[in-house]
Amino acid sequence: MLTTQFLLLGAVLFCIGVYGVLARKNAVMVLMSIELILNSVNINLLAFSVRHGSVDGNTFALYIIAIAAAEVGVGLAMVLLIYRNRRTIALDDLSEMKG
Amino acid sequence: MIAADLLVAQNVGFGIISLLMIVAALRVVTVNNVVHAALWLVVVLSGAAAQYLLLSAEFVAITQVLVYVGAVMVLFLFGTMLTRARIGAESDLNNKNWALGIPVALLMLGVMSYVIIDGFGSERLIENPGDMEPIPVQVISDDIFGPYLLPFWALSFVLLVAVIGAIVLARKD
Repeated sequence: MLTTQFLLLGAVLFCIGVYGVLARKNAVMVLMSIELILNSVNINLLAFSVRHGSVDGNTFALYIIAIAAAEVGVGLAMVLLIYRNRRTIALDDLSEMKG
Repeated sequence: MIAADLLVAQNVGFGIISLLMIVAALRVVTVNNVVHAALWLVVVLSGAAAQYLLLSAEFVAITQVLVYVGAVMVLFLFGTMLTRARIGAESDLNNKNWALGIPVALLMLGVMSYVIIDGFGSERLIENPGDMEPIPVQVISDDIFGPYLLPFWALSFVLLVAVIGAIVLARKD
């Protein structure tokens, strides 16, 4: 197995996730795309963990999984709050911060 | 690029799983149905768990299945069903100028692929693949509760704050 193949897989998934964040309007879909990005980072971390013969990459991957769980919880709570106040979760409509 | 001594079976497995993951990821960002997107995301996350197994990270793979495929996916489905009246396909899931995302993503992919291939080329992940052994959980826990104890505390605090914050945000007054 080559180092490149895992890093390239991570890069492809990361770019698909970035496209999802940019292109999607629905807030839940944007959160799903963020999950794609976080997973691609995990693949990179574990590949480097094997490459350097160190266990630190596994530790960081576990931390990222925990952070992602917290992020999804808070994110979905915010989405629910927005939905309750506005009856929509289209991110285009949330433009009060625009100058 | 793939020599005969590079563990053919694992390379074939890697190819099949990564192809599946990429197709499913593309479906996640293109499909017109939020529930279907969540189900395609399950495929991507399970594929990632399989890749972690290929990288001999058993504990992370199990955690991935438990946390992502189990808990996070249930949260997504809850969020979908609580914020939408109907479950069917929708036509307005994308932004008005969603097409701008394609060149941005392709440009990023090009730059990252160039850097990765230029930097690592055909370097082996590990010199002797037969040496790859599953990492015992004991080693990981020694790492977490040894040098990385402080981040672990911070992480516990983040989780506590996230739980309280989610309850406060979603509570009906």
